[in-house]
Amino acid sequence: MNRTYEGWRGFESGTWTSEINVRSFIRHNYHPYDGDDSFLEGPTQDTLDLWAQVMDLTKKEREAGGVLDMDTKVVTTITSHGPGYLNKDKEKIVGFQTDKPFKRALHVYGGIRMAEKACSENGYQVDPQISEFFTVHRKTHNAGVFDVYTPEMRACRSSHIITGLPDAYGRGRIIGDYRRVALYGIDRLIEDKKEQKETTRTAMYSQVIRQREELAEQIRALEQLKEMALSYGYDISQPAKDTKEAIQWLYFGYLGAVKEQNGAAMSLGRTSTFLDIYAERDLAEGKYTEKEIQEFIDHFIMKLRLVKFARTPEYNALFSGDPQWVTESIGGVAIDGRHMVTKMSYRYLHTLQNLGAAPEPNLTVLWSTKLPENFKRFCAKTSIETSSVQYENDDLMRFTHGDDYAIACCVSSMRVGKEMQFFGARANLAKCLLYAINGGRDEITGKQVAPEYSPITSEYLDYDEVMHKYDQMMRWLAEVYVNTLNVIHYMHDKYCYEKLQMALHDKNVTRWFATGIAGLSVVADSLSAIKYAKVKVIRDETGLATDYEVEGDFPKYGNDDDRVDSIARDIVHRFMEHIRKNHTYRGGIPTTSILTITSNVVYGKNTGSTPDGRKKGEPFAPGANPMHKRDTHGAVASLASVSKLPFIDAQDGISNTFSIIPGALGKDDQIFAGDIEVDIDCGNGACSSPTLFEGLEDNAK
Amino acid sequence: MEGYIHSTESFGTVDGPGVRYVVFTQGCPMRCKYCHNPDTWETGKGTKMSAEQIIKEYNKNREFYTKGGITVTGGEPLMQIDFLLELFRLAKKNNIHTCIDTSGITYNPDNAEYTKRLSELMKYTDLVMLDIKHIDPEHHRELTKQDNKGILAFARYLSEHNIPFWVRHVVVPGITDNPKYLRELGHFLGTLHGLKALDVLPYHTMGVSKYKELGIPYPLEGVEALPRSEAVKAKQIILEAMKETKPA
Repeated sequence: MNRTYEGWRGFESGTWTSEINVRSFIRHNYHPYDGDDSFLEGPTQDTLDLWAQVMDLTKKEREAGGVLDMDTKVVTTITSHGPGYLNKDKEKIVGFQTDKPFKRALHVYGGIRMAEKACSENGYQVDPQISEFFTVHRKTHNAGVFDVYTPEMRACRSSHIITGLPDAYGRGRIIGDYRRVALYGIDRLIEDKKEQKETTRTAMYSQVIRQREELAEQIRALEQLKEMALSYGYDISQPAKDTKEAIQWLYFGYLGAVKEQNGAAMSLGRTSTFLDIYAERDLAEGKYTEKEIQEFIDHFIMKLRLVKFARTPEYNALFSGDPQWVTESIGGVAIDGRHMVTKMSYRYLHTLQNLGAAPEPNLTVLWSTKLPENFKRFCAKTSIETSSVQYENDDLMRFTHGDDYAIACCVSSMRVGKEMQFFGARANLAKCLLYAINGGRDEITGKQVAPEYSPITSEYLDYDEVMHKYDQMMRWLAEVYVNTLNVIHYMHDKYCYEKLQMALHDKNVTRWFATGIAGLSVVADSLSAIKYAKVKVIRDETGLATDYEVEGDFPKYGNDDDRVDSIARDIVHRFMEHIRKNHTYRGGIPTTSILTITSNVVYGKNTGSTPDGRKKGEPFAPGANPMHKRDTHGAVASLASVSKLPFIDAQDGISNTFSIIPGALGKDDQIFAGDIEVDIDCGNGACSSPTLFEGLEDNAK
Repeated sequence: MEGYIHSTESFGTVDGPGVRYVVFTQGCPMRCKYCHNPDTWETGKGTKMSAEQIIKEYNKNREFYTKGGITVTGGEPLMQIDFLLELFRLAKKNNIHTCIDTSGITYNPDNAEYTKRLSELMKYTDLVMLDIKHIDPEHHRELTKQDNKGILAFARYLSEHNIPFWVRHVVVPGITDNPKYLRELGHFLGTLHGLKALDVLPYHTMGVSKYKELGIPYPLEGVEALPRSEAVKAKQIILEAMKETKPA
């Protein structure tokens, strides 16, 4: 049915008017922007005042040891807390997770023990009645998982061959299509969900029962969202009528999600070009000025920067800090060939100037060679000045994910509102190699973790023998890993269902069953050492291989050398094939990622010496990076090695993190821009002295 | 034939326009006090690589170099001019932008044979980066253990033959920051054609650790890195002086 709402005035209609379809709305209504950044406005006084207040609170939080305040009495839900403000008179976009900024909410559905620990480690204590309730009367995700785990799963967990499993905390990685709240208003979304519920099958087998219960939960979540917004004085039952409302409605959607879930990554989606459509209409109508629109965005981003969760020190060690992964995907190219950069893409990035640099929200540019040159330059400039922009390859991802996908966490791409991911932590493939050599015994504890396959007993490792045993061990690991994840996601759905985020999805979603690989470069180099050098095994008195001596040199991953790069490629492919052999919960499509961006230190700490010469406890390289200092041919060679990894087997993302000192990235601040479009004859910014030419011209006059 | 190569860098961003594949040749007759690659001095060492090998490496990742190309630096690349000729010939066949980063020290206008080979090489060279260490002959000798006569002659050679070139000049506190000589350098540069850019580099101390590894005493021990602002000033002085001699 076609509808009209006041909020839709002037918009070109399309599929989106008769069904929930944000992509169609964007496609019909957005205006690509090819101009430069000269239209941008600086911060208003209110913005500066609010940000000063935030900085002051941040300082206090740091002085207090990292946490300023925690809720210990009220279990957080979408509606659990009344409105909270920094300064009601100055905030154009409102809403906090609890009743005041910097107060962390109490999330218990993931696991009560984790919640208790997060409090106690920070000097707070959860109300004993709540602890009792969620221990005795109401089960949590964590309790459910541990009821079901097999002894083998527990052994894998404690030996860290599988690590970082979301079995005691929120899995995250689901992006609600928060734009729907703005475009359609809650009433329409509820109506749609009700219709979905009416059209389920009526034969009551478990899938149908679950679906109907979930849809009921989703409808309830939408109603609660409306109630929460009302507490701030906004009625979001109808579509947003202008830019300010659109941002506010959208933010309420996101806020509801972070009130309800403490996920390992709570990403925002792809909102800038969507919001630009409202901004263009308001500018044309004369409703808001550029200054006002930038202020709304500044305040919105400020809110996103203040998303906070209660977490334990172990969690922070695993993720190297206290990240929220409020990832927002910007730019990219549409399927019809038009780039998707709008003025709003600039405004989002411009917040890094107006509010200063910050890691959150994780502003991610979907990079394509087809992005307009002005935007490329602006990105480069912003990167140089703020070091706060992430880039991902749209030309690669668009091919499989279309033009309305967004990044969850750091690299996991999914179509917004149509796909979700079951986050799956990682399997430690370096440890798996050691298990292959040791017949399933852990190289640190000596315990039998994997089945008692025959160990390697020779003094020197033979490549074919190791590969044969390694393949078997990978097969075992993949099986126990996938089954562990099956348990986790079953229980998460059951006890900690993301009802609001899923309310902002289609009825039938594609589920990605994410797995992950840690230690790839250690494995590649180890196998290369075994193949091209000689690796002697050092065993302890029980016959356990605990160390290795490498005799001779060998090709190392990260130098664009096919001899070893092909090994890395082969391992990824084999492991993924083993993963694919297993049953996955809810028909999840298996993917894997190679992106231990921050947890590589922890994984290394729990892994014994490896045949590549890495010693026990030494860190792994992050993600798909070469091992530290083993890439000796510069960044391109290193990237070339990484680029040989099969994306089709690792669609959840491959990361290569490299840092470079600014001076090595080109000549002064003119130069990075120069790298994008350098005039070969150096006519334009490629030299540190553009004034040379001006100077000479002056002289000529 | 094969060249003596110290190392290669696949992601060079400061040695010519764009992202470049940088080849460091082995061997240099200069002994500049601030040299940050003392490990490239000795001749006859290094890895032997053929022109084909280098171009093959380049071509594997040529997508990265669409706005860049190959830069040969060192060491002193022109010490291996025959190898360079072979490499650049092949590079141009592959449509690769070529750049030589040189001190110009090997140039001798009186050596007809050398000049002939040089002019052949220049046919295949898109850009020369000439590093002028010091404009004053005495100070040049003191700084580099070599005369600068051939170097300045090389600059004039480039100018006369209309070969696009950049001039690089490292500003070292107390050694090359004297405004008098910066002006003199500017006056000299003002008379040249084909100069596309001036790259004034502030002295840094990143090479010190290499000296330690090689067991060579570091000649500029105790000299602090030059602040960027001072390099900007030096650049201004050179530019001002260039205007004075630039033909109308």
